[in-house]
Amino acid sequence: MSFISYLINGISLGSIYALIALGYTMVYGIAKMLNFAHGDIIMIGGYTIFVVMNTLGMPPILGVLVAVVVCTILGVTIEKIAYKPLRQASPLAVLITAIGVSYLLQNVALLIFGANTKLFTSVVSIPAISLADGQINLSGETTVTIVVSVVIMVGLMLFIRKSKTGQAMLAVSEDKGAAELMGINVNATIAVTFAIGSALAAIAGALLCSAYPTLTPYTGAMPGIKAFVAAVFGGIGSIPGAFIGGILLGVIENLSKAYISSQMADAIVFAVLIVVLLVKPTGILGKKISEKV
Amino acid sequence: MKKAMSLILALSMAVASLTGCGSAASGTAETESAAAGTTFKIGGIGPVTGGAAVYGLAVKNGAQIAIDEINAAGGVNGAQLEFNFQDDEHDAEKSVNAYNTLKDWNMQALMGTVTSTPCIAVAEETNKDQVFQLTPSGSSVPCVQYDNAFRICFSDPNQGLKSAQYIGENGLATKVAIIFDSSDVYSSGIKDKFVEEAPNQGIEVVAQEAFTADSKTDFTVQLQKAKDAGAELVFLPIYYSEAALILAQANTTGFTPQFFGCDGLDGILTVENFDTALAENVMLLTPFAADAQDDLTKKFVETYNKNFGETPNQFAADAYDAIYAIKAALEEAKATPDMSAQDLCPVLETAMTKINMDGLTGEGMTWTADGEVNKAPKAVKIVKGAYTAMD
Repeated sequence: MSFISYLINGISLGSIYALIALGYTMVYGIAKMLNFAHGDIIMIGGYTIFVVMNTLGMPPILGVLVAVVVCTILGVTIEKIAYKPLRQASPLAVLITAIGVSYLLQNVALLIFGANTKLFTSVVSIPAISLADGQINLSGETTVTIVVSVVIMVGLMLFIRKSKTGQAMLAVSEDKGAAELMGINVNATIAVTFAIGSALAAIAGALLCSAYPTLTPYTGAMPGIKAFVAAVFGGIGSIPGAFIGGILLGVIENLSKAYISSQMADAIVFAVLIVVLLVKPTGILGKKISEKV
Repeated sequence: MKKAMSLILALSMAVASLTGCGSAASGTAETESAAAGTTFKIGGIGPVTGGAAVYGLAVKNGAQIAIDEINAAGGVNGAQLEFNFQDDEHDAEKSVNAYNTLKDWNMQALMGTVTSTPCIAVAEETNKDQVFQLTPSGSSVPCVQYDNAFRICFSDPNQGLKSAQYIGENGLATKVAIIFDSSDVYSSGIKDKFVEEAPNQGIEVVAQEAFTADSKTDFTVQLQKAKDAGAELVFLPIYYSEAALILAQANTTGFTPQFFGCDGLDGILTVENFDTALAENVMLLTPFAADAQDDLTKKFVETYNKNFGETPNQFAADAYDAIYAIKAALEEAKATPDMSAQDLCPVLETAMTKINMDGLTGEGMTWTADGEVNKAPKAVKIVKGAYTAMD
């Protein structure tokens, strides 16, 4: 019975990773850049909801909506100021800029909100589901996170396949130059990608802070890195891959904590990642890229 | 990790200052302190600005109350006490600078420093200059590694020892699980000592579950393992921000053991937006509870409230006891105010191991030659969102 309990806790942790990884992988898949500031946009989302709910006393749903707006504007602004001028620069320069933005956001939050831990009030009001006479508990946050992750995954896939903007994104991801020749506004398409990615970060922030309710300026950093690992695990650029990678990462982490060693859990997670990448260098669902000569 | 880094930095800075201007500085201290007058000059160092200011201010205020009381009652050996408190912003280098300022002021004994990292750096200096040092709250082991340094609080490993003894002697539980931060010296130091002492107290450690600074959001597995192992008590030698998460997650999974922590948990009730109901019945080993009903505590809390407009914390009590310990040692050594810091140091070292005093943080406190205090541990329990003393 405790195995099922560990498994469910793993899925619950993994669904958070999956939700963050969706934002990572979407930006990478289309803009071909690693937005290391993604985790910190999540943190800003968390603080926004905290301010709206606790300082202004508004209902949770309004907090999430305000956070989505704030994060979208923030994401687009960051893209415009920090990443767009580097469109022709080497990927390494963009990566370093992203790390810089990440530290900038953390320190701005430190200045505004201070280093003291804040306790986040959950935005989820669904009661926990209790199975097998209370032996297994599925918290409301877990249920909502899993449902939201699946909905976002399916929604993103449909959006990219069916909508005109989505098609433009696919074209930009395959070949920026050719897409531009076909009359696609590359800059606008990438801006939309960042807007969607940042809106997802706000939702991830709401659910991350609801499930694990301590809020500090560094809240987003470590889950952001774990989610990045999940995205690579599942095959970076692949939307269902990010979901599967996130869930697997959470489950492996929790089962190794439970059955091998709580001290070794992170080492085991990363060892599994190395093995997967040795066998399948593009990740579980990653596309095989063959360079055309 | 951060602690280890700051430790290395502190040590390297201390070494640098030793080689840098060491000989010149100690020379001036010796010549000038001979001209000391008719008062005992006690120096204090701690952070009164910056992130750790809450600790330094409490120490400064607590010590000032003790100084005022002693002077009003006629001083020590007929001489008044003079107190000079310098800010170090919880920074090892600034702390050494503050120490040099106090040396220029002809300080005869040092009450400080407040936080561990600067304390280690300053201890290097006081040992070199042979100045008596008594830290109210530097709990890291190397703070008192030299003969001239003593402390009022328990050391980190001693907190583990005392926690095990407290749990054993009060029969709180026989099956104990520990959740600790394996990446933090404070946490793993306490845990190691606790595990070592547990068998002597009839405690069975049924689970030792770690987390690290990189994965400190999800504690469900650690809690589940503690639950499956049948733990009646979960020992949390960690800081309050992680403890707040553990309490919340234990609550959602319906696991309700007794939780027991050390001084790192002090502060959990002040976390913004924290539901204090979650911390109901949590016990922590802290030497001071402001609502204790003994006369000494009542008088101290009343004076502190009147002078500074707030309720004193553990650090203020440590500082109050530190000043009284210095007074007791001065009296024991029959010291006179015309003695230099270097003359006072050896006699105070001997006197510290002989005194026996009742203070706010313990009764019948005695000290060993290696600088550690012997006192009975006190625990407080959180009842209705406030610390309540336990007997």
